[in-house]
Amino acid sequence: MSLYHYSIEELVKLLHKGDLNAEETAKMSLDRIEEVDDQVKAFLTVNKDNVLADAKKLDESTEPKERLFGIPGGIKDNVMTKGVRTTCASKFLENFDEPLYNATLLEKLNKDHSLMMGKVNMDEFAMGSTTETSAYHPTYNPWNLEHVPGGSSGGSAAAVAAGEVMYSIGSDTGGSIRQPSSFCGVIGMKPTYGLISRYGLVSLAPSLDQAGPITRTVEDNAYVLETIAGHDALDATSVNRTIPKYTDSLQKDVKGLKIAVPKEFLGEGVSEEVRESVMNALKMYELLGATWEEVSLPHLAYADAAYTVICNAEASSSLARFDGVRYGKRADETEDMIEMLKTSRGEGFGENVKRRILLGTTMLSAGYTDTHFIKAQQVRTLIKNDFEAAFKHYDVIVGPTTPTEAFKIGEQPSNEVMHMSDVLTVPVNLAGLPAISVPCGYTDAGLPLGLQIIGKHFDESTVYQVAYAYEQATNHHKKRPDLGGAN
Amino acid sequence: MAKISKEQVLHTANLATLAISEEEAEMFSNQLTEIITFTEKIQNINTEGVKRTIYGNDNDNVLREDKAIRTITQEEALKNAPSQENGQFKVPSIMD
Amino acid sequence: MKYETVVGIEVHVELKTNSKIFSPSPNAFGEAPNTNINPKDLGFPGTLPLLNKEAVEYGMKAAMALNCEIASETIFDRKHYFYPDSPAAYQISQDKQPIGEHGWIDIEVDGEKKRIGIERIHLEEDAGKLTHSSDGSLVDYNRQGTPLIEIVSDPDIRTPEEAYAYLEKLKSIIQYTGVSDVRMEEGSLRADANISIRPVGEEKFGTKTELKNLNSFAFVRDGIAEEVKRQAKLLDAGEEVQQASRRYDEKTKKSVLMRIKGDADDYRFFPDPDIPPLHIDEEWKERVRKEIPELPDARRARYIDEMDLPVYDAQVLTATKEMADFFEETVDHGADVKQVSNWLMGDLLGYMNKELKEIQDLPITPKDLAKMIELIKDGTISSKIAKQVFNYLVEEGGDPEAYVKDKGLVQISDEGELTKIIGEVLDANEQSVTDFKEGKGRALGFLVGQVMKATQGQANPQMVNKILKEEIEKR
Repeated sequence: MSLYHYSIEELVKLLHKGDLNAEETAKMSLDRIEEVDDQVKAFLTVNKDNVLADAKKLDESTEPKERLFGIPGGIKDNVMTKGVRTTCASKFLENFDEPLYNATLLEKLNKDHSLMMGKVNMDEFAMGSTTETSAYHPTYNPWNLEHVPGGSSGGSAAAVAAGEVMYSIGSDTGGSIRQPSSFCGVIGMKPTYGLISRYGLVSLAPSLDQAGPITRTVEDNAYVLETIAGHDALDATSVNRTIPKYTDSLQKDVKGLKIAVPKEFLGEGVSEEVRESVMNALKMYELLGATWEEVSLPHLAYADAAYTVICNAEASSSLARFDGVRYGKRADETEDMIEMLKTSRGEGFGENVKRRILLGTTMLSAGYTDTHFIKAQQVRTLIKNDFEAAFKHYDVIVGPTTPTEAFKIGEQPSNEVMHMSDVLTVPVNLAGLPAISVPCGYTDAGLPLGLQIIGKHFDESTVYQVAYAYEQATNHHKKRPDLGGAN
Repeated sequence: MAKISKEQVLHTANLATLAISEEEAEMFSNQLTEIITFTEKIQNINTEGVKRTIYGNDNDNVLREDKAIRTITQEEALKNAPSQENGQFKVPSIMD
Repeated sequence: MKYETVVGIEVHVELKTNSKIFSPSPNAFGEAPNTNINPKDLGFPGTLPLLNKEAVEYGMKAAMALNCEIASETIFDRKHYFYPDSPAAYQISQDKQPIGEHGWIDIEVDGEKKRIGIERIHLEEDAGKLTHSSDGSLVDYNRQGTPLIEIVSDPDIRTPEEAYAYLEKLKSIIQYTGVSDVRMEEGSLRADANISIRPVGEEKFGTKTELKNLNSFAFVRDGIAEEVKRQAKLLDAGEEVQQASRRYDEKTKKSVLMRIKGDADDYRFFPDPDIPPLHIDEEWKERVRKEIPELPDARRARYIDEMDLPVYDAQVLTATKEMADFFEETVDHGADVKQVSNWLMGDLLGYMNKELKEIQDLPITPKDLAKMIELIKDGTISSKIAKQVFNYLVEEGGDPEAYVKDKGLVQISDEGELTKIIGEVLDANEQSVTDFKEGKGRALGFLVGQVMKATQGQANPQMVNKILKEEIEKR
């Protein structure tokens, strides 16, 4: 049997009843990885030996089975896993075998008896949108191996789409969960900033970063989020509030719900197929009793510029700690201390990372801070205000997740497409809002497209409810990529 | 806006303690000029009196009680060290 | 040419919290390398800073004691520099919105009072420690994250002596607040001086140099004097002062160039998104303010006005909080104010200076000292014996009454017993008796000495005098 046959809920039922045990689900996952990962290349590290031992321990344990008992998951390689190599897909951390601690979100998954199948690929230090900048190898889109899975959480999305794991954890600084989820035809949720602890998530831009779950169904997604959300005293930016039971909100209908569609989301660069799929989705919502209106959030058009400045400025600071003194890459044969730091960084980082560090360093240096960095932070406020104004009248904001289907490997998209890619995803991070991507159709060539649903702060329930209503009314989520083997 | 010169890139690389080659400096000079020019479209927005957004949310006064906890040993601390000596991390000395 | 000296001083003070400022690792001194640390202190990826409440309140206390305004909103910034002692390659500090601003302290030099402004006081973390070995450098991160406050004075200091007085006063105030040990020799207080000179009458500041790593207040004073001389010589020769970091070599007594300040000093400050801002309301401020003990100036005034102590005594007794507390507690135990003051300023300070010890390191207690003074007052022991008792109190400690009894040091005030001893002394020294009767006053002193010798110093001196005279009269 393959993991494809089940939802998390179904699998949980079987595991709790004892019709399946954790060792069997671990093996189902490992078999599938064995079967397809040489094509998809979603994994950087398969946690094979540990996970089988962990599964056995869970099976032998007499303590009550927790809610994710025996559910195999994949973890993006920028999440700290004690005793399991964590590389951020960078050569700099090639030998970082002893991260010393678990990220809080992993602790929560472990506590709920999930199985950590391994670490999945990403763009180096989460900087990118194709997973091609991984220092190890690219990941391939399970729907068409000539295409990228998106990024930076490309491994996370591809592993779920390929049926290697039941869920994965990604991180989203400017769209890095939603965009690959859209490209890979899976459900990706970027929760409200502060909902999931960032402790143990390697910072890219700490004011924007947020981890989140990627799954094959909306219900699975809500189920996993219930485990990993919640206050953490180890992260001062995490928010102390009661986590609702997201799965309870799914059955509510969307009658009377008000949807806003910013015209800035459908600007030049958005492909006809994408436009059409979004319009079809909106028609579906009308059928389900919701209403939608076009609105304008005028500052969204500037979001990409503000984001580029803020994200890279913060990133240049986040990545300063990688200096070759305490862990990671140490350049050989340097005789001077400062030379050693410089060369370790120069040799350990890929070109894209270097470019972003230089850009961010420039943005924070004398002559640019006031005019560029602070200015961008002010524009961020205006973008937040735009959303706030819209949410006074609407329950959710909807648009495409990406302007096009997945790019071809090596393809350089046009400036318009790049601009629209950012405009669609980064405003959500700048405003700290929750947003999900759900499959909303396929191109003629068979590549998935995603619908983005943005909610109010901490209103993940409504986002899930809206996503679920659409998912259940369509068959998009039932399609599987054909990778051969047990589909 | 003015071009980001190769010298400026090398200066920035120095600030960022990042070894880059002359060729890279040349390439980054062009790319940075292009990217920064693109970001400067925000210069057209009137932001007078607009507060900057610094944080991801409105948390404030998040404080920890002053309790000391020892979590890792010296051995663990040094587990990933590229070079070590006498319980300490080792690096090359400063050359003048 | 005549120049005016302009000095501003930056002082770093380590706060004595239990744990570090941004991590719960122990804030301890002198342990095995890399043991007081956690992944955060090592700059491990994914770790986050967690602000210590006590460190914030200690910072507030120090700022309040230095008459600063406390910020209603204060934030933390990243200050970037690459060096192996800085594990994140940025130090968390405070840039534009420090916890306190616009303070001042009053100093006194040669009887002249002067107010020195304090520009700002901010919280920050200390770095690790680098030691250099023959074939490389070694890094210990134990000190990483130790909470610091940096206190930046206005450029109000005009002489090396004012600098010295400023530091003495600052140290005393901080020490009173209890937020730091302020021990320079352990590095819990560090001072750098920004020094420039300008022609007298000129308003524009000259180019300044920063004198770093000064190890004592005396070196600060001497270093400033030396640097001022050096700068004056340059200007007189028509040369320019170069903006640089310098250090004062205590052996050669010269200021030595460390590093020329260049455009590489771009710290790229920006607010740390990992640390939410602090909003400090009046209620919080008041709660902290109430925890600040009475400060040295106020205490001194009280000693003079209410206890009638001389200005000098009040000054010496309030130099450290421990001394002042000891003084007041001893008085609270009923001892005479002037007596206590004399014992503390004389014998106790003398002993502390000789042994290089602080009062809190000695076994003597206010209660015991008060008891000893009582024993003198009620005639149980003589002042001379008291010196012996005092030595016992500072060296071993214990109940002075029991000690006096054990050692048989109780003063002989029994008239019959004294009369008998005196009779024996007079018998043995008839010549002196005769001399005294013939008007040689000195002979009486000799006889008293003989009596004291015979009683091993325990005879009540007043009674010896009286009985002696009476007994001589009888002869």
